[in-house]
Amino acid sequence: MKEYNKLILECSRPGRKAYRLPESDVPEFPLPEGLLREKEPELPEVSEVDVVRHYTNLSRKNYSVDIGMYPLGSCTMKYNPRINEEAARMSGFSNIHPLQPAETVQGALELMAKMEKMLCEITGMSAFTLQPAAGAQGEITGLMMIRAYHRHRGDEKRRHIIIPDSAHGTNPASASMAGMEVVEVKSDREGGMDLDALREVLNDEVAGLMLTNPNTLGLFDKNIVKIADMVHKAGGLLYYDGANANAIMGITRPGDMGFDIVHLNLHKTFSTPHGGGGPGSGPVGVADFLKEFLPSPVVARSGKGYYLEENRPMSIGKVKSWYGNFGVVVRAYCYILSMGAEGLKAASRMAVLNANYMKEMLKDYFELPYDRTCMHEFVLGGLKNNPYGITAKQIAKRLMDYGLHPPTTYFPLIVHEALMLEPTETESVESMEEYVQALIRIAQEAVKDPDVVKTAPHTTIVKQLDEVGAARNPVLKW
Amino acid sequence: MIPYLPATPEDERKILKKLGLHSADDVFEDIPPSIRLQKDLDLEKPKSELEVERILKDLCSQNLDAEKAVIFLGAGSYDHYIPSAVRYVTGRSEFSTSYTPYQPEISQGTLQAIFEYQSMICAITGMDVSNASLYDGASAAVEAARMATDHTRRKQILVSETVHPETRKVLSTFLRYRGIACEVLPMKNGVTDMEMLEGKVSRETAGVILQSPNFFGFFEDIGNAEKITHNKKGLLILSVDPISLGLFKSPGEWGADIAIGEGQSLGNPMSFGGPYLGFLACTKSLMRKMPGRIVGQTRDTEGKRGFVSTLQTREQHIRREKATSNICSNESLNALTASAYLATMGKAGLKEVARQCYDKAHYAASILTASGKYHLLYDHPFFMEFPVVGTPSDEKIQEALLQEAIIGGYAFQKDYPQLGHGILYCVTEKRTKQEIHHLQRILEGIE
Amino acid sequence: MKVLDGLYYSKDHEWVKSEGSRALVGITDHAQLGLGDVVYVELPEEGDEFQAGDPIGVVESVKAASDVYTPIAGKVIGVNRELIDHPERINQDPYGSWLIELETADADMEGSLLSPEEYKTWCLEEDE
Repeated sequence: MKEYNKLILECSRPGRKAYRLPESDVPEFPLPEGLLREKEPELPEVSEVDVVRHYTNLSRKNYSVDIGMYPLGSCTMKYNPRINEEAARMSGFSNIHPLQPAETVQGALELMAKMEKMLCEITGMSAFTLQPAAGAQGEITGLMMIRAYHRHRGDEKRRHIIIPDSAHGTNPASASMAGMEVVEVKSDREGGMDLDALREVLNDEVAGLMLTNPNTLGLFDKNIVKIADMVHKAGGLLYYDGANANAIMGITRPGDMGFDIVHLNLHKTFSTPHGGGGPGSGPVGVADFLKEFLPSPVVARSGKGYYLEENRPMSIGKVKSWYGNFGVVVRAYCYILSMGAEGLKAASRMAVLNANYMKEMLKDYFELPYDRTCMHEFVLGGLKNNPYGITAKQIAKRLMDYGLHPPTTYFPLIVHEALMLEPTETESVESMEEYVQALIRIAQEAVKDPDVVKTAPHTTIVKQLDEVGAARNPVLKW
Repeated sequence: MIPYLPATPEDERKILKKLGLHSADDVFEDIPPSIRLQKDLDLEKPKSELEVERILKDLCSQNLDAEKAVIFLGAGSYDHYIPSAVRYVTGRSEFSTSYTPYQPEISQGTLQAIFEYQSMICAITGMDVSNASLYDGASAAVEAARMATDHTRRKQILVSETVHPETRKVLSTFLRYRGIACEVLPMKNGVTDMEMLEGKVSRETAGVILQSPNFFGFFEDIGNAEKITHNKKGLLILSVDPISLGLFKSPGEWGADIAIGEGQSLGNPMSFGGPYLGFLACTKSLMRKMPGRIVGQTRDTEGKRGFVSTLQTREQHIRREKATSNICSNESLNALTASAYLATMGKAGLKEVARQCYDKAHYAASILTASGKYHLLYDHPFFMEFPVVGTPSDEKIQEALLQEAIIGGYAFQKDYPQLGHGILYCVTEKRTKQEIHHLQRILEGIE
Repeated sequence: MKVLDGLYYSKDHEWVKSEGSRALVGITDHAQLGLGDVVYVELPEEGDEFQAGDPIGVVESVKAASDVYTPIAGKVIGVNRELIDHPERINQDPYGSWLIELETADADMEGSLLSPEEYKTWCLEEDE
């Protein structure tokens, strides 16, 4: 099939139209002088056929979960069930306005209330907010609540947030945005948090600790209860980054581990689609003593039904307009209904089994910095036999020639030439074996035919792109 | 067996054998027994699609949606026409089930669509560069405020009272935690008090945030505001309704430094408040201070045009605590939707939608106030929303309208107690003359 | 990896060229090799004053954005604006591409900074 290489503007011809509105049935009113546009916007003029062909052709240039395996570590690229999409599209959910009187949106409020309750049960927390639009926004919400909590106790001194060196970039970025200082603690040889290093930084300036468990190395920190205890004794709170929750549903809960605040990524663990970068949803759950600080409004219930409670004097305020990414919440709600308790547990169990399976098949060809049972993901540290110095980047590019999406590369930062893989539970044995075979072939090419790996990709629709040029002389619009 | 989990018992046996384990539970050996759940989560049993559908339909039946009722409610979320071609584009699973385009060679679809989105946002706002999207208009305001304080190295932001209350609430929350002073400029006769603005802007002011059309639908005196702000070398941040830009002067033409706003009206449904779309565009000099992802055009090793995520070193995954923002996932699919909407409506379409909104709103305003029972709160040029006051209480009006399957406008007393009761009506291109007259008849009939 | 004589060095891979009461500051060959192709440089303004060890700007490549710290205290009297249009010069000639010129009272450079030999040793130690 021929390749498509046009910008929509390049399809434009004066006078073409892709839309049709009914003729206006009201008279024209005079427009206010001095307020009108001088220059018409440079928007395309195309026909509907052009629009459909353009975007259909563009979409075919994308790899996606619907095409094949996408084992990006810590992204949980699991299958996005179609019923979730149908649910979100129902007029009763998509065509309601956030300011409608409560009595006209009882179904929406009930869905939110039920969702909050389900998330409390899954995480072991007491209350949830669905307001944050993504994990990063969930993080900053949680951190603001930590600050509010300490301020409420009259303690303005606590400004430090402890973060492991393996943490995702959003953690320290969120801490900065919340006006806090990051204190980094290194990981020990087992890949968990170094307890001695932790002990050294625990003092009366510590507001809290941010952690994901399992961590970004895919390892469960066995010392978590001890860590929670240490931080609590020092007067700090514990924040759980839920990006890796897919490993533990129905197995253990952050609330039981000792965490005080939790965020979840509905677009990871709860199967809502990634959308090419969003929208996501990052609900935040808290222990009982923190629930007054949750953003407002909250879904409440009276004799007359559900309503939104705004009057909450201790709330941190608002982190997003309206109530959250409702359309994404609907999808996740639908997922939890479909899976039930036993489904979620089976999903986590399978996610962990699958990751271990791939790890075992690959450990003879790649460096395994932590050779122990992993959780839902694992990290490799480059090729074992590598006389020509093939990098993680080159392996990733070569995988594309096999029609597969590369794993995460160069993260976490503490592993050299890192390749982080997370198959998820929705991959079959065959699909994982196919992926492993491709990686093994590349490992062999790295020794026998290194150039083909070094100059990859060869069969993709564009070859290696000049990122330096794009950064030096940015061209950001047509 | 759950259809999303392909592993059969035989597959599981194969895996366990490879791992040298007896039972699947052995993989959880690292989890201390004290925190292992001893019983199943208290959730309902798994449900089939038909059962899930029943539950959802039941919930939907308790929601009065814009297909069952006629809606005159705006105030930050709008019922606009969404062309079927746009819904088709949003539904392409190659777009929706793909990830953030970190591997550009196999994400050219998303990257090009976002590049086109950025281009079209620049086209309508008249600015030099746009980013790839933020969560919503409110978070765009927060990011713009941060850009202004970073750029000018000053610590004060002024925001007009006529900027949407949701935006101000979010701004206030975020700026407080960042140690940036956020002061609200009072309004006068439904618009920003320009004398107050002149009095407040100083060499401490990093940026001034105005919205036009403002919350009440009124056009603000941006020309004046621009002079006042730039006189003291602050940045002018203008929040705009993207549909209005089909007709009305763009932020670029006004001389704004940063253009922001809520992009929901560009092809995205109201969806009870989310997911929405924050757009942010600015002048070239502020380009590197923009948060979030940005797509740039480049060439590959064979000279072919392609697109990549660029200026990434400002972002959280590289810069970490020094990042411009912590944003990771944005609203990419909503930006794609906006892109498809702007492409479908095009130059002529955006203008026609804006015109119809303007005319229908003005027609409704004249009809609703014809008898004298109701009058406009202020007589000031407006776009497609207008505040109306009369003797009947807000609750009575709302109830009477709901009885007739009409969702009335927004009772703004809650956010502007000093104005007393009154309702902000919104009339988009979807409303008909018949619906407007029906509204008028009901309103006339209320005691 | 080149290390030039006649310059002082810092552990953060900046170099200082002393010219009496003035000094030029740049980043070393080791630094530019680690960054890769430089795409952008963020520089301070003339008149800005810094203490030793303060961040004064950023050097950006495609994969990293590194803070540049001034090894000595002083007031900025010159900024190499050419680098904004031609950031690649930092890769081509790191020791010829000064970032800022400082007016400094910091006389004790020998005491607080590294000599070329000490810097070479430091680089080897760091890479271990």
